Amino acid sequence: MILEGAALVIARDHVDTDVLYPGPYLNIVDPQQMKRYLFEGLDPSLRDRLREDTILVVGENFGTGSSREHVPLAMKAWGIRCLVGKSFARIFYRNCINLGLLAIPCREAAEAARDGSHLRIDTDAGVVEVDGRAFQMPVLPSFLLDIIAAGGLEAWARRRLTAG
Amino acid sequence: MPHTLVEKILLAHTDAAEVAPGQIIMVRCDVVMANDVSGPVAFRAMERMGARKVFDPQKVVMVADHFTPAKDAGSAALLRSLEDWCVAQGVTFYGQGRGGIEHTLLCEEGWVVPGTVIAGGDSHTCTYGALGAFGTGLGSTDIAFCLAFGEFWQAVPGTIQVAFEGAKPPFVTGKDLILAVIAHIGVAGGTNHVLEFVGGGAESLSIDERLAVANMAVEAGAETGLFPADATTAAYLRDRTTRPWAAERSDPDAQFAQRIRIVLDALSPLVAAPHSPGNVIPVDEARGVRIDQVYIGNCANGTLTDLRQAAEVLRGRRVHPRVRAIIVPATRSIYRQALREGLIDVFLEAGAIVSPPTCGACFGGHMGVLAAGERAVATTNRNFRGRMGSPDSEVYLANAWVAASAAVAGEIVHPAEFLSSEVRA
Repeated sequence: MILEGAALVIARDHVDTDVLYPGPYLNIVDPQQMKRYLFEGLDPSLRDRLREDTILVVGENFGTGSSREHVPLAMKAWGIRCLVGKSFARIFYRNCINLGLLAIPCREAAEAARDGSHLRIDTDAGVVEVDGRAFQMPVLPSFLLDIIAAGGLEAWARRRLTAG
Repeated sequence: MPHTLVEKILLAHTDAAEVAPGQIIMVRCDVVMANDVSGPVAFRAMERMGARKVFDPQKVVMVADHFTPAKDAGSAALLRSLEDWCVAQGVTFYGQGRGGIEHTLLCEEGWVVPGTVIAGGDSHTCTYGALGAFGTGLGSTDIAFCLAFGEFWQAVPGTIQVAFEGAKPPFVTGKDLILAVIAHIGVAGGTNHVLEFVGGGAESLSIDERLAVANMAVEAGAETGLFPADATTAAYLRDRTTRPWAAERSDPDAQFAQRIRIVLDALSPLVAAPHSPGNVIPVDEARGVRIDQVYIGNCANGTLTDLRQAAEVLRGRRVHPRVRAIIVPATRSIYRQALREGLIDVFLEAGAIVSPPTCGACFGGHMGVLAAGERAVATTNRNFRGRMGSPDSEVYLANAWVAASAAVAGEIVHPAEFLSSEVRA
């Protein structure tokens, strides 16, 4: 799979899911409505900088804290293509994979990227390119690649149910 | 082959013949839990997966606790949809007035026994590690999959073994132990690992204190925080459950990713200063910090032990005129017992209010959120920026002794100093 886009950098480490999507809006179930509260506790102006080819570039332990899937649901609803980060918190990482939103831990690429950098990710070759500079990304377990390739855990589950 | 405790639990819940850290396996659930926030999102995902019925209604439990009592019409609709779904699926539902805060409640109600796997749509599902269960927090799509198939994918975690040695000084509680651990390994130090608590200091903890410790394993990034089951666990479970269980421990020659030692005698009450649970300092270093609100409750520290500690401080004293104090018994049965023991009267006499069991203000939802510029001391588990209200508010995490003392003093004080000599106005 090949993904390309422009970087939007959130450089801080340990960005928690509370600031990414504050608690008062957790009574919303429709991702289209969740969109308007993404980044609300961090920097609402980030929403205005989202483009249709945005790749979020993030720091260490991104998505720490609450398991609220509202964060990656809202990211997906905005059309964010994928995330590249120094590292991800476990539940946030799972949620991204399950939604078919690739979250790639690649410290060097995350450090190299600047706002607007052109990113190209080749999951088969295991390479993240930042403005033409190539960085090796860790090999994704085949099971997780299967989920991503299916478009997320929902689609993967549908296949399992129809396969009986 | 020698195994850690978590490996033994996972081996008993997977088709894989052997497990090693990092390996991805499918893990069968003994219990699947969600709440009014994670549940309704999961139900939609489950429908889109094409599953109409849950895998086993006996193993599914839903708890209304985040926006209950309903904060507004939207929340009321959410709670309505949760209850309707439970009725349609024939699963257990704890609604308003019948349960309380999910993690304290499920332990109390006997859903959690050692050696089991509990998938919860809430990050603090790690609390069940207090009873030796692999309780782990998952998002709504994971929960949807668990509801449909009774299993979830899981990378086998490594184990960080934490030995608590020695004896706790006065006013040091389970809360301080886990804050000390987080300070030691960092807020991401437990990622892809479980914490396992052993040693005389761990064995001496009551279940209420073990709940407080395990609850914040996720604040170190860990998947759960396990206390191997022992006589204390057995005594707690005796009248609560008929579920079968057996005590397991890590083999002595099992592979641990890391082993750390915390000497309890050297600890003093700790606080986590804004805006990270890893920003841990001794309470004396926060002395004199003026506060506007005290919140004693949540899935970490809303137990009877916490309420008794708070009452000991508040008995015969008054909440500082500048301070609002909110006490949240975690469950209905804790509330009733506190009533029987006269604790509720102590709180009301002191000028505190007692809220129904709810996650409420802990996550900034309702029932006591903070204004810009306000500062709270809370026995909760997260003090991220804006967690309890305005992005310009602050939260200090602390144990119930420290929180109640702050309520009376109007500022952060060491409870020993406070309890030994009446606080100055």
